[in-house]
Amino acid sequence: MGDLFEITVAIFLIIAGVFGFVGSFGLIKLSDPMSRLHAPTKATTLGVGGVLIASMIHALLVERQLSVHELLITIFLFLTAPITAHFIAKAYIHRHCTDADLPDPGPDPRWAGLTEEDEAETGSDAHQA
Amino acid sequence: MKLARRVFPHPHLSALLVLVWCLLNNSFSLNTVVFGLILGLVIPFATAQYWPDRPRLKRPLMIVEYLIVVIWDIIVANVVVAYLILFRRNASLSPNWVAIPLELRSAEAITVLAGTITLTPGTVSADLSSGGHVLLVHCLNAEDTDSVRDEIKSRYERRLKEIFE
Repeated sequence: MGDLFEITVAIFLIIAGVFGFVGSFGLIKLSDPMSRLHAPTKATTLGVGGVLIASMIHALLVERQLSVHELLITIFLFLTAPITAHFIAKAYIHRHCTDADLPDPGPDPRWAGLTEEDEAETGSDAHQA
Repeated sequence: MKLARRVFPHPHLSALLVLVWCLLNNSFSLNTVVFGLILGLVIPFATAQYWPDRPRLKRPLMIVEYLIVVIWDIIVANVVVAYLILFRRNASLSPNWVAIPLELRSAEAITVLAGTITLTPGTVSADLSSGGHVLLVHCLNAEDTDSVRDEIKSRYERRLKEIFE
């Protein structure tokens, strides 16, 4: 029985490793900054998730203890990953995009990351550089 | 009643803090629960000024269904994105911006929707329009931006609307 548990733990660790690798590889391989953002926000979720599931199974079946730390790490990860991605995307829009690059913002005058003052600001930054 | 509201501005947040504290300590002993209760009392009270409204949940049980849908989509998303990264040439991908008109009005609901979009198939939420009516989403590979928009609206926004509004 012990072998079976360890094989299960190993399978989850391998899945996690593969997805972690794909996430990091995508960061290098994809061509533009916005596409690169996709690789770490997704592939790493399952990468870290796999390690955490493996850890919970190990604690429960091999050490005979219920361990719930891992659930908390998952929740914190799900809360922070989108926020980080959102910050990076917003910085990218602020620095590199104009109204013409983005789709029509519907009933509102403009996208929040792209106010007129900001455009003037990025213009002066480019001038300084 | 008014006093209770002053002392417990966010009862759900208080309960959540007690639970998180117990999970952090990995134990549910009396010591931990009591200290968790103290934190659950102090933190919402100290931060109440920054979060004046209480988010109202119309149908809290729908959250379970929503979580199952989202977790399943995250697993699928990982496989899809891994395939795109490993087996497709960069030139054959078509990254695209998609604008998603929002029916949701509460800030909490829009936050949850934006977070969900970032965690699911090949999409990252990037920006909100200045009046909060449209969400800007970046897709890794979207030939048909309309179908992406319709899927997000029917799969996530409809459920969030039932939960929050």
